[in-house]
Amino acid sequence: MEHIVIIGNGISGVTAARYIRKLSDKKITIISAETNYFFSRTALMYVYMGHMKFEHTQPYENWFWEKNKINLKQGFVKHIDTASKTLQFSEGDTLAYDKLIIATGSKPNKFGWPGQDLDGVMGMYHKQDLENLEKYAPNNKVCKRTVIVGGGLIGIELAEMLNSRNIPVTFLVRESSFWNGVLPEGESAMLNRHIKNHHIDLRLGVNLKEITSDSNGKVKSVIVAETGEEISCDVVGLTAGVSPNIDFIKDSNIETGRGVKVNRYLETNIPDVYAIGDCAEQHEPIGQRRSIEAVWYTGRMMGETLAQTICGNRLEYKPGHWFNSAKFLDIEYQTYGWVFSRPRENEAHFHWKHEDDTKCITICYNTINNKFLGINTFGIRMRHEVFDTWLTEKRDVDYVIKHLVEANFDPEFYKHYEAEIFSAYQNNLQTI
Amino acid sequence: MSNKLNHSMSLATPDATDISKKQKIALAIGITGLFILALALLNVNFPNKGLFLTIALGLISVGTIFYARDAYLTKLEGIKNDGQWFKSISSRGLWGWTLGIVLTIFYIVLYFYPKYLGLGQGVNGTNTGLIALFDPLSQFLSGNNASEWFVYGALYTVAILVFGYKFILKYRHNKYQQLRTVSVMFFQTAFAFVIPELMARLNSDSFSLPYNDLKNMWPLNYYAFDQWRVDQFINAQSIGLFFLILGVVTIFVISPILTYKYGKRWYCSWVCGCGGLAETAGDSFRHLSDKGVKAWKFERWMINSVLVFSVIMTTAVISTFLGYDSQKYWFTKNVFLISVGVFLTLLFAGVLYYKRQQINKSALKGAFGFYALTIAFLVFFAFFDLSQIKINASYFSFGLNNKTYNFDSALRTFYGFGIGSIFSGVIGTGFYPILGSRAWCRFGCPMAGILGIQQRLFSKFRITTNGGQCISCGNCSNSCEMGIDVRSYAQKGENIVRSSCVGCGICSAVCPRGVLKLENDSMEGRINSNEILLGNDVNLINLVNQNTK
Ligand SMILES: Cc1cc2nc3c(=O)[nH]c(=O)nc-3n(C[C@H](O)[C@H](O)[C@H](O)COP(=O)(O)OP(=O)(O)OC[C@H]3O[C@@H](n4cnc5c(N)ncnc54)[C@H](O)[C@@H]3O)c2cc1C
Ligand code: SF4
Ligand code: SF4
Repeated sequence: MEHIVIIGNGISGVTAARYIRKLSDKKITIISAETNYFFSRTALMYVYMGHMKFEHTQPYENWFWEKNKINLKQGFVKHIDTASKTLQFSEGDTLAYDKLIIATGSKPNKFGWPGQDLDGVMGMYHKQDLENLEKYAPNNKVCKRTVIVGGGLIGIELAEMLNSRNIPVTFLVRESSFWNGVLPEGESAMLNRHIKNHHIDLRLGVNLKEITSDSNGKVKSVIVAETGEEISCDVVGLTAGVSPNIDFIKDSNIETGRGVKVNRYLETNIPDVYAIGDCAEQHEPIGQRRSIEAVWYTGRMMGETLAQTICGNRLEYKPGHWFNSAKFLDIEYQTYGWVFSRPRENEAHFHWKHEDDTKCITICYNTINNKFLGINTFGIRMRHEVFDTWLTEKRDVDYVIKHLVEANFDPEFYKHYEAEIFSAYQNNLQTI
Repeated sequence: MSNKLNHSMSLATPDATDISKKQKIALAIGITGLFILALALLNVNFPNKGLFLTIALGLISVGTIFYARDAYLTKLEGIKNDGQWFKSISSRGLWGWTLGIVLTIFYIVLYFYPKYLGLGQGVNGTNTGLIALFDPLSQFLSGNNASEWFVYGALYTVAILVFGYKFILKYRHNKYQQLRTVSVMFFQTAFAFVIPELMARLNSDSFSLPYNDLKNMWPLNYYAFDQWRVDQFINAQSIGLFFLILGVVTIFVISPILTYKYGKRWYCSWVCGCGGLAETAGDSFRHLSDKGVKAWKFERWMINSVLVFSVIMTTAVISTFLGYDSQKYWFTKNVFLISVGVFLTLLFAGVLYYKRQQINKSALKGAFGFYALTIAFLVFFAFFDLSQIKINASYFSFGLNNKTYNFDSALRTFYGFGIGSIFSGVIGTGFYPILGSRAWCRFGCPMAGILGIQQRLFSKFRITTNGGQCISCGNCSNSCEMGIDVRSYAQKGENIVRSSCVGCGICSAVCPRGVLKLENDSMEGRINSNEILLGNDVNLINLVNQNTK
């Protein structure tokens, strides 16, 4: 029986395993150095906040794996020998495979800052990071202040986590406005205010110079590059993005760049070795996507696709229309299609913001043919299916604005804003 | 789900989630109110009972309101679940167990030893103790002295009101939550408490209506068709007949229509008193329900067994009094039994015929077994005079109860004791801090059983999932008081159509990605299951979803 070995029990590896099992009775082994069972990385924050316990982040009950004949192995893969098709573990043992799926995810970026490896300095990616945080920041008596470096999605989650335990947070963000490399100005500015309303000390346009240590090798303070200001703190969270977790692959024959290089079939340069999820890097970006897509959904979709290939139906990874979502403290965010921080050539943005400063939308469209290109929505839930259809049908922006109510996904009895948005859109047209 | 004990005695642990100074004061105020009630319980004879009752209930309310305001209004609008799995009281810690035990004892005393609450312990059968403290309020409403049920009803209503207020503040960003909470607060106060008490004023020697909570329908109200009640209604002329007919119409017409249009939520989380308490006072415990598949299997057997039991028991009770007294009613015993049999058979056959694709094998087997059992009992009732079959309760009660009952009243008594008291009260509410807030609604309520079957098969209600947006975080499952593993559907892009869902909407509220929406829409395509989620290659989605359909 063919032995499929998957390194990594995250969403991409587990999805691949589940679908391979549905399609075949091949022998499947999933390896992880992190946890025994698959858990939802996106829910780590809720464990620290006390909304859930760690076991609640596990989407399948523990009997699931045995029942579906998916072997689980704990261990850290140190080396992949593609010639003999064996894995070597740092624990000393080895494992032979017929086909190998690399799904090792990401690791937090560290940019060689002085002091980045001190005690109390941590990323927020693995379960071990959570345990570390629990140790160094159990409450606001042990941890008087935290400095978070890097204003992205994980940074804001970390800020929210610490806020839930009343631990003061200073949030150092390199950009002039929160996440404005991705979000248009109006949205980013609204989030700046929302973050400050939560009593988070948001510092925009600043960089980390160094992290200083006390005599025990524990973090003492952070020094800001631009001002030289020293901010004393007990914990430093490094959340300046993530990059593929592939150091152990570098000495194998598998071609790597920033990630494991794959073609559209998610195949590496070595036959029978594949890579999916955060750690995979496309030779050529697909459409407007990045060549490394480090989001939950793409990991899942790659797993769904690769399972077909492994089970005899060789299939290209062809994701549909882009979508994503996040939550910034109390404000939910969803996006469908493409809205870039600044309109690209022949593009324009229509922006509407509610006066309460917690809801807004931005619609991007083509100025030549009026085609609807994408929407960002904050504080108003929208239907994925409707936007997916509209994007496929290449609807124009007038149509979308007029029919926006069909896409509304807010709970019943919520106030509707479509009329307001519609008239803002009309006024907007007149002023142009 | 872990049952690990949390041994902290502090209300909050880790201490970072400590409650504020204002909240401590609020707690102290509330506890003072409770303390007055405790003193009354210990037979302290307060001079001006009306005044002290007002003070006690007032302090409890003020304390809770004050606490809730400090807890929620000092923060921005949003989800407020911080630390719920750390706090001892809401994570089966020592405080949780303590509260559970206190509540359980209270229920046992209330149901079985009301004399310890002071019922009829004074001269000439007047009340003392806690019940006496409530006499003035009862006098004011109905003109009579309080009973243990009046005390319970009053405390129950106060709990729904003050914790309802707390809940409204907690979800002040969510209109759905606010409206349905106002609704349960209204129905409890007006329909379950004030109106029935006021109606008792109409009673005289020649005219009397049974205590009638209009929203409390059969089979939740398992004594709805006991002979004494039916007699009272019939004797009370047109008003009584009106209520009796209204009761039957609610069960067979109004409820099915509303459930068809809105799902069982119209009752379970908008109207019902049990649901009302669970959603308000029980809100802090909702996440404690067991989400495992085993619990789900147990639930399906348990709740349907109770439903069948309640049908059999009620049929036995009615057929017996029709049997020896039939000239008094319109029905004879046999006409009644045959109608029930025909009705159930038509219902069963109709469901099988129209919904066979939607029922899986094990559900079918169960349904058939339950049906056969019910019909067997109907036949048995038809051929035997139940009032002649004597049953000695001591065999079933470890000698606690030595009375001998006729078969029908044995069933009735056993149901009232086992389901009506122990299950719905002692376990259902007493065990809030252990089993979560809806253990009764989930495992034991026959009403939920009926509405659930209808919701699963004949209703426009469902929870829609939003394409591929789910991140499997588990907030929804964690918050589901009915123990539904919402995530297991959402992460497959599958709508949630479950008989147990009471439509509380909390899963939708807490979802950080806007994945869930409670909706009433057409029956077509309500139950879907997508193998590959939206967002992937269109050809792949079609390929795989076709193969699995
Ligand atoms: C805090 C946080 C919040 C997030 N929120 C969102 C969100 O809201 N939406 C969204 O779309 N995305 C979110 N993401 C990103 C998302 O979680 C990732 O894209 C996704 O988990 C990647 O899945 P994966 O299967 O590729 O890898 P991973 O989940 O990283 O799994 C890889 C596994 O492989 C193991 N491993 C690695 N190397 C080895 C080795 N040599 N030997 C053995 N085991 C190894 C790792 O320990 C890990 O367990 C979030 C990420 C974080 C950290
Ligand atoms: S599924 Fe959602 S709406 Fe239904 S009972 Fe559970 S939490 Fe409430
Ligand atoms: S809360 Fe939302 S995102 Fe999280 S598992 Fe449930 S449906 Fe999915």
